[in-house]
Amino acid sequence: MHGKTLKTLLGGAVLMAVLLLAGFAAPQWLLFTATKAIGYGIVALGIVVLMRGGVVSFGQGMVYCAGAYAAGLIAANWGLTDALVLLTIGGVTGIVIGAVVGPLIARYRGIFFAMLTVALSMVLYGVLVKMNQIGGSDGFNVPEPTFFGWPPDRDSADLALYCTAIVVAGVTAMLCRVYFDSMAGLMSRAVRENELRVEYLGTSVHRTMVLNFVVAAGFGGVGGALNGMALGHVDPLFSFWTTSGEFVFVAILAGPYSVAAVFVASIILELVRSFSNLYFPETWQLVLGAFLLAVILFLPEGIGSLWAKGRIIAPRTPRDDVTRSRAAEDRSTGGSRVATATRAARPTAKEPQA
Amino acid sequence: MNTFKRETSVRAVLAAGAAAAVMAVGATGALAQSEDTYKIGVVTFLSGQAAESFGVPAWNGGKVLIEKLNAGEGPAPYDKKGFGGLTIEPVVIDEAGGATKQVQEFRNLVQRENVDAVVGYVSSGDCLAIAPVADELKALTVLYDCGTPRVFEDGEYEYAFRTAAHATMDNVALARYMKEKGMDVETIGGINQDYAWGHDSWRDFTASMKQLYPESEVVAELFPAFGAGQYGTEISAIMRENPDVIHSSNWGGDLQALILQAMPRGMFQRSQVALSAGDHVMPPLGENMPQDVVIGARGAYGYMAPDTPLNQWWQKIYMDEYDVIPVQAPYRMAQAILGLKLAVEKAMEENGGQKPTKEQVAAALKGSSWESPAGQIEMALGNGHQAIQPTAIGRTMKNDEGKVVIGDIVRFNARCVNPPEGKKSIEWIESGFEGAQCD
Repeated sequence: MHGKTLKTLLGGAVLMAVLLLAGFAAPQWLLFTATKAIGYGIVALGIVVLMRGGVVSFGQGMVYCAGAYAAGLIAANWGLTDALVLLTIGGVTGIVIGAVVGPLIARYRGIFFAMLTVALSMVLYGVLVKMNQIGGSDGFNVPEPTFFGWPPDRDSADLALYCTAIVVAGVTAMLCRVYFDSMAGLMSRAVRENELRVEYLGTSVHRTMVLNFVVAAGFGGVGGALNGMALGHVDPLFSFWTTSGEFVFVAILAGPYSVAAVFVASIILELVRSFSNLYFPETWQLVLGAFLLAVILFLPEGIGSLWAKGRIIAPRTPRDDVTRSRAAEDRSTGGSRVATATRAARPTAKEPQA
Repeated sequence: MNTFKRETSVRAVLAAGAAAAVMAVGATGALAQSEDTYKIGVVTFLSGQAAESFGVPAWNGGKVLIEKLNAGEGPAPYDKKGFGGLTIEPVVIDEAGGATKQVQEFRNLVQRENVDAVVGYVSSGDCLAIAPVADELKALTVLYDCGTPRVFEDGEYEYAFRTAAHATMDNVALARYMKEKGMDVETIGGINQDYAWGHDSWRDFTASMKQLYPESEVVAELFPAFGAGQYGTEISAIMRENPDVIHSSNWGGDLQALILQAMPRGMFQRSQVALSAGDHVMPPLGENMPQDVVIGARGAYGYMAPDTPLNQWWQKIYMDEYDVIPVQAPYRMAQAILGLKLAVEKAMEENGGQKPTKEQVAAALKGSSWESPAGQIEMALGNGHQAIQPTAIGRTMKNDEGKVVIGDIVRFNARCVNPPEGKKSIEWIESGFEGAQCD
């Protein structure tokens, strides 16, 4: 394992410990908001995984919803309420769906990929709305989760779920880091730059894309199961396109530089929404929109660029400027060979940092 | 109103930055509960499809009522200032955004804003999601409008109440009205929105018709998507079958569109149309509302409200302020607030004049009964947590001034159109309305 990866993992573990301790001091409402934001963040992390390969899914709601429904149905009907088991069920459901859908959808790029994912998520929405046995459009309630057989009382329930969420988010973020730094993960970046070249070098683009899709789907399922438990209720809106749109929002807000930024972006979005809803009940969408516009205008590369990007670009050398201008030249003339080569020579640039 | 909105918008944009800054510092807003105010969180649609039809009029009604109550201008027995002397302090939030967002905002209202009670929810999905959370947080919650009977038939809650009858009443009353008026029904068709509300309403209506008209037969059931807006195909399909009765539980823009598109095709001439919740489209449609439509209001509301002093007072304060007749949603909001008011005052009395706890108010509200502008509300179902109320059904017709109103009204006793305690709605209908008390 790279020394750098080890360092990031250690940093992640320390951060997790700090956040766990912070949970004991935080007010109750913040715990719940944080838990929900983490659930969203895990799903958005999946979109970041896909973005590294050059595609964006506007249909992550599908796996999010599937994970929530699978975990919720099992909890409600079989009485299996252990949080860890339910999260696993959510994740496995996502992976299974990803493995079925992935190979079909991985052949598409750009707007076609995006629209197909939306279409699939809306198919699931349509089916669930019609399934009146499980509540139709009203959805159904999910029993409160237990933790290794321990049913928490009212005062500790939010904290217990928050801690679970932190651990799950920490583990997924670190897995992400390891995956990003692995050979298979680095391949995504090559795919984004030049698919033809990757194929010539003897690797399957298709396999990389499928793998990314399955990883993203697994994250989506875990996020869905987590939010289903936190909310105590799931409904088909989990798979609606606006829900998927929110995940993309979080991913854009976070930017491609940092894994931690995804969670930061997610919680900021939740807080802005909640407070604007309270202070401007009639115009809260406008406030939310203005906030997103402001971020896009002033932080075009996302919240993560506030810290992660600075670290990469800070030691600016003349050579950097040369490569940058050469890359720009290449882009303007339509050629990308040199640009790809120079970027490949700097493998850490543009890499998400945990 | 418009300029006010515009100003708020500009202010909102300017304040967005400030708000974000406040959040960054982590303002918790955890204010101590005040001893001389009673803070209620009001959750209703302020944006989206249900805003214009239900959410906004409901809050308009709530606002003017709270104003009058705080000024101590209500008629007896609602003449004490605020809630037993406590000033009512509402915090309004938008119900749009789905159950996920609502659960989160509900928690914020309870845990961050420290409201004493939450009054809200039009959407059935939101009610189903909120009720268990209310119990979990031990937060007094009054569901004021939503329709699904599932809330208290599938669940049992201590802190959640619904102060209006559920949707079964609307469709049972519709069928009973036709029987009472001696209408001849052999074939039935329906156009309902393709979501839980539409399916549940259609199920209750057809089950009731089967009891009252055993020979009748369903010839067409159509479920266009929620918010479809275009009903040409459905109208053609249902008119081809030419049923005697066409039922629809559509509401808001969907209902207006259906009416406007069906009218030139002659649907209202060829079939008897019955709308289970249609009264609220009458003010916006005005003269475009067809006549001779059997219509319900989800209670004895608006055009069908009883002629009592309380109702006259309520209609006057509402019409003075908004210059339009209050329809179902404001009535439902009013009956929730009035019920809560009496419960708080009763609990206060038992608490020696001190501000009561949530548990004390819940105990006072449980199984209670009070007069609303639409008649007597009784918390008779769901172990004292679910209301029943009298209702009325009528037909649209022109009055002497040429305005379309509701006439030919038949009133139904609450126990005639609501199931008895402990019996699920659909089972009750299928048992032949066992135990129904019709006058």
